[in-house]
Amino acid sequence: MTELLDSTSSSESSTMTDSAASAISAGDGPLKMTTRNVDVFYGEKQAIKDVSIDVTMDNVTAFIGPSGCGKSTFLRCLNRMNDTIPIAKVTGDITLEGEDIYAPQMDVVQLRARVGMVFQKPNPFPKSIYDNIAYGPRIHGLASSKDELDNIVETSLQRAGLWGEVQDRLQDSGTALSGGQQQRLCIARAIAVDPEVILMDEPCSALDPIATAKIEELIHELRGKYAIVIVTHNMQQAARVSQRTAFFHLGTLVEYGVTSDIFTNPTEEKTRDYITGRYG
Amino acid sequence: MPNSGAEHTVKAFDTDINELRGMVAEIGGRSEQAISKAMRALEKHDLKLAEEVVAEDKLIDDLEKRIDDLTFQTIALRAPMADDLRELIATFKISGVVERIGDYAKNIAKRVPVIASTHKLGPASLLPSMSNIASQLVRDSLEAFARRDADLALEVSERDQIVDDFYTSIFRSVITYMIENPKDIGEAAHLLFIAKNLERIGDHATNVAEMVYFAAKGEPMPERDRGENPTDLLEEPSGDSE
Repeated sequence: MTELLDSTSSSESSTMTDSAASAISAGDGPLKMTTRNVDVFYGEKQAIKDVSIDVTMDNVTAFIGPSGCGKSTFLRCLNRMNDTIPIAKVTGDITLEGEDIYAPQMDVVQLRARVGMVFQKPNPFPKSIYDNIAYGPRIHGLASSKDELDNIVETSLQRAGLWGEVQDRLQDSGTALSGGQQQRLCIARAIAVDPEVILMDEPCSALDPIATAKIEELIHELRGKYAIVIVTHNMQQAARVSQRTAFFHLGTLVEYGVTSDIFTNPTEEKTRDYITGRYG
Repeated sequence: MPNSGAEHTVKAFDTDINELRGMVAEIGGRSEQAISKAMRALEKHDLKLAEEVVAEDKLIDDLEKRIDDLTFQTIALRAPMADDLRELIATFKISGVVERIGDYAKNIAKRVPVIASTHKLGPASLLPSMSNIASQLVRDSLEAFARRDADLALEVSERDQIVDDFYTSIFRSVITYMIENPKDIGEAAHLLFIAKNLERIGDHATNVAEMVYFAAKGEPMPERDRGENPTDLLEEPSGDSE
């Protein structure tokens, strides 16, 4: 299973933080998550090399890069989804509100409620729309009454921009919705457990342009309420939805900065070649 | 950051960009030629050559439109980023500026018949030298565009001062001439306007250079200290756009 090497003690990591801060915290606003010197190995193969990034509350952060660059792998470190891969090994420091998320006492189920995730393919449970949303609050004991649960379901669906479309058929199956609606249902499901961070791994790659636009609009609306990190293949999407962009290449973080700078005047030649379509 | 020169994965994008670069080179070449032809027409008092300059301005106008159309289309269809985006924005602006340079050359050519009586430039004998420098600035600014050469662009911007100095000098001698020869004031005024046209051509070459600098570096060109120009307050009102 995943293990966190003890090599980066807290005192070491704080000095690292100071020296690396200017390069990696391309953000304003309160820090939500920090990552320092993160390496990820799949068996012998190193998938992520020494990546340090700060995620702030007020900015949507986009990870871009060619297939296999490690952006999804890195995203999955942020709520320990890599724990599910037996040969994966994560080292380095990753904190959420200053807490080491790989610390032995960290409750992973609780962590994944605080750091929710939306996947490439919409994956609603084969249950009713209502139960899809109510599932998380129920297992985390967030509602003490039916009314309270109803309230969470409604608020979550409203925040995900889906309420108006489904309020009359909450008992219909979630899987009967269109692809775009299913994805918004998954976002509502993540929101329902009141997370602090929402990770999105290619959330629009299976959707048509209209459904994509709705998700992008939703990301705008959710910005500031949750720290949002999105992995996308679509550079235009990164440019549209994010305020900070990180470019990954072959497992390394090539450049991290203000999105408008990255797309108009990147510092690194590799970034430039990728975003202008000269890659490979 | 120097351009890596690598091709785009989508080859049609390179085709569009190369076509645009070709058209910018062409509009630049035509404008430069219009300046030298107009000045030759003035010096030799060649009315036919002057008419040619006026007629050929249409080609420059057409080129500007074609450049703008293709730039617009390329931005819409290729969604350019970073240096590609900067180059296309620069192309869009440069085509407008160079078209204006063509207008100034045409404006000079239109004054040729009016300066018919003397066949001489008299107090404005420095005009041909001034014109040579202004043409060179136009040529070098477009050369800088073709080579993505920010240093050459900076140099063009600095050399514009020479054109400005020429203008100040011609302005003074023409004013003195007017005072001494009141009967020739009309003709002398035209010489003054021609000097002003050349001065504006220098300014527009600088505008092109600024765009080249921006496209190459991603930041605006540092401000040049222009110093004081005693004739600033006496500029002719704008509005000779054609």
